[in-house]
Amino acid sequence: MSYYFAIVGTQDNPLFEYEFGTSKQGGDGQSRFTEQARHLNQFVLHSSLDIVEEVQWTSGQLYLKVIDKFFNNYISCFMTAGNVKLMLLHQPTAVAAGASTRNSTSVGVNPTSPQTEEAIKNFFTEVYENYVKAIMSPFYKVNMEIQSPVFRQRVAAAGRKYL
Amino acid sequence: MASSKASRLGEETRMDKVNAELVVLTYGTIVAQLCKDFDSDYVEVNKQLDKMGYNIGLRLIEDYLAKSNTVRRCANFRETAEMIAKVGFKIFLNITPTITNWTSDGKQFSLVFDENPFADFVELPDDGRAQDELWYSNILCGVLRGALEMVQMQVEAHFISDVLRGNDTTEMRISLIRYIDDELPPEDD
Repeated sequence: MSYYFAIVGTQDNPLFEYEFGTSKQGGDGQSRFTEQARHLNQFVLHSSLDIVEEVQWTSGQLYLKVIDKFFNNYISCFMTAGNVKLMLLHQPTAVAAGASTRNSTSVGVNPTSPQTEEAIKNFFTEVYENYVKAIMSPFYKVNMEIQSPVFRQRVAAAGRKYL
Repeated sequence: MASSKASRLGEETRMDKVNAELVVLTYGTIVAQLCKDFDSDYVEVNKQLDKMGYNIGLRLIEDYLAKSNTVRRCANFRETAEMIAKVGFKIFLNITPTITNWTSDGKQFSLVFDENPFADFVELPDDGRAQDELWYSNILCGVLRGALEMVQMQVEAHFISDVLRGNDTTEMRISLIRYIDDELPPEDD
């Protein structure tokens, strides 16, 4: 499974992006997006923002689960209280999807299984905590791009831990 | 012995508490605003923080003496250092910096801060200069300078390392310049 994670600010402006791959089931943590898909990911993810606006009032939860699907790309969203969106695009690798069903509930293969939902929720929760810490820095202003290398490391760590 | 007495004094003195995040955010805002006002001239920001601290220190010493019940004068500079670290910092910031690196003449020492309540969440601006020029907690130097001046000690205080800059420790160097003698008021003629 390959992941593309982005934080989108209140003006629908990107604040942070990070690309990684699964570390579960022997994954090496590298994403397997094709060069073309890399450019497309940003569009796919941002085009889901309309859906976010539709579903954000329905559940009352911060975690909105999988909200959109574009071919083999699944978009999960976590909405912070301050209307900043944490968005995760996950793309199961073609090989894994066609492989044995033994692992079908595992995080890396089935993007809509409860296990995957839970893993992504944990990932979002941890990133959210770190996001709050990052914006508490006095030198950060609302809707400013997050450049902190510490934050990037922590996102990477959360990705390794849960996805 | 003096050291344990100082610790006890620091523990016993009860102070009203205030939310730590309030302190972090208030101080952070001051520093960030100074950086903005002086166009990221960090040398000037350090100076301004020191000056603010100095003005706080001049008045804070009165509060310190009133609350800590230290009626006796410190016999030497070592004792002063103990009182600063274990009583002063304890009652005002609820931390106890470690005193180390005394020079042999007993006039210079370092305070090493294991934790710094001002610096939670803080990351210095990533402009390539702040990491080398800004002393984020410089207000503390001013406070010590101001407070000690009011009790007849002229000192010089500055930070020599800060974890925010990527150093391993946060360390402040304090040097005694002289004891200020009671000066006679200038005569009229």
